Amino acid sequence: MKTLYSAIYRHIETVGQAGVFLFQAICRLPVRYDEALKLYFRQIYSVGVLSLIIIIVSGAFIGMVLALQGYSILTRYGSESAVGQLLSLTLLRELGPVVTGLLFAGRAGSALTAEIGLMKTTEQLSSYEMMGIDPLRRVVAPRFLAGVTCMPILAVIFSAVGIWAGMLVSVHWLGVYEGSFWSSMQQSVYFDTDVMNGVIKSLVFAVAVVWIAVYQGYICQPTSEGIGRATTRTVVLGSLAILGLDFLLTAAMFGDF
Amino acid sequence: MEVYVDVKNLSFYRADRAIYKDITLQIPKGKITAVMGPSGVGKTTLLRLIGGQIAPHSGSVTVAGLDMSRASRKELFDARRKMGMLFQSGALFSDMSVFENVALPLQEHTEFDDVMIRDIVLMKLQSVGLRGAAHLMPAELSGGMARRAALARAIALDPDLVMYDEPFAGQDPISKGVLVELIKRLNHAANITSVLVSHDVEDSLSIADHVCLLSDGRVILSGTADEIRQSKDPRVVQFLQGHADGPVGFHYPAQDYDKQLLGMN
Repeated sequence: MKTLYSAIYRHIETVGQAGVFLFQAICRLPVRYDEALKLYFRQIYSVGVLSLIIIIVSGAFIGMVLALQGYSILTRYGSESAVGQLLSLTLLRELGPVVTGLLFAGRAGSALTAEIGLMKTTEQLSSYEMMGIDPLRRVVAPRFLAGVTCMPILAVIFSAVGIWAGMLVSVHWLGVYEGSFWSSMQQSVYFDTDVMNGVIKSLVFAVAVVWIAVYQGYICQPTSEGIGRATTRTVVLGSLAILGLDFLLTAAMFGDF
Repeated sequence: MEVYVDVKNLSFYRADRAIYKDITLQIPKGKITAVMGPSGVGKTTLLRLIGGQIAPHSGSVTVAGLDMSRASRKELFDARRKMGMLFQSGALFSDMSVFENVALPLQEHTEFDDVMIRDIVLMKLQSVGLRGAAHLMPAELSGGMARRAALARAIALDPDLVMYDEPFAGQDPISKGVLVELIKRLNHAANITSVLVSHDVEDSLSIADHVCLLSDGRVILSGTADEIRQSKDPRVVQFLQGHADGPVGFHYPAQDYDKQLLGMN
């Protein structure tokens, strides 16, 4: 029992330390704003632009699979024209933010952890400190802000590509009437409840994943094994956080309480 | 003798192992102080304690009148602007060129315009023989070149205190000679206080004004290079002459060798 209490205490302590770490990173103002912007856009490229390929390809395949599965079920009830509705609501509300978050944790989150961990191992973080430059401001803040900016945009791109790919399969391959495909979507998708809730979800997932990634990199053991463990923890904890938060957010947004 | 770094009754532990046991040493202002001792004695740890990157478990480290272990984060960062540190690995920022590495402290801590920064960076790189390598990335440099580029970065702001962690390791004889001269010249021309951690006995003693010899978590001798050379202390003699047998153990503490080979506890 004592071991359980101490384990719980350690976890709460870690969350507290991670919170202070994040607060310190984002509350320190840049010394030079032009330099801060340069660092931010460099990270936008490395975290966001370089993740585009995996997001677009995954979005396309998931959209196509959804269209095939949806069509095969809906056609039994003569409702194949509702494929557009099924596709759009599934992607915008759930799969867009969640799958983008999982892919982001695997692609960008692990890269962030490994990069910061390697900077620690090669004494680059110590070097910033010894130069009187705060590594939280210089290294962590631009990566965190870029990650939080990119993920909602990537989730929107994922959903758009998925809907387009699903339309190709259902309209041009399976023969669903194009007018009913789009009109069913238009009638059932609401900007406030569906599109915006998806964006809010992806924003919350982004904060969780990038926070875990930069913190794990910063506190990792400065060895190759330590970096490996930290990278694994980022992907595992990030993925679990996304799934857990998704349940809570879905319950809050769409649950009829 | 004006003291720049004052270490008083300092103790520092890693897990249960005592790295320093109540040591006291002083680093004089404007002089080159060589800190020497066997591997694992905690020489790099001493530099980190002086830089305020780690705090002692007891005692104090005072740099230019500021107690580093009790200073606020802002005071620490302000104090570090007057320090330069050459890391053992060089620790160049891998996403920046050599030029950008040296320019970074100037861009962060001064109001100089780009032309002035460019000129200062080129002068610093010229002094370490790497002006022609300004455009190279750290991955394109040899170990010795990376160390020299890191030295140019460490002295970019003309600091009052420069700490060198094994500056001669991995250097070819020409680069080593240049570095020895450079450290001496920097120290005497700009009146910089230098702390030099090195195993290279002859090169270190040739330029050091003051030497501290560490062993087993204590300062075993502190004095001028000549006093160190003339010391009859068997620990000093063993270190200077590189003998395997002597009061300073070469082997990490272990059980009896024969018994372990024979599988006996």
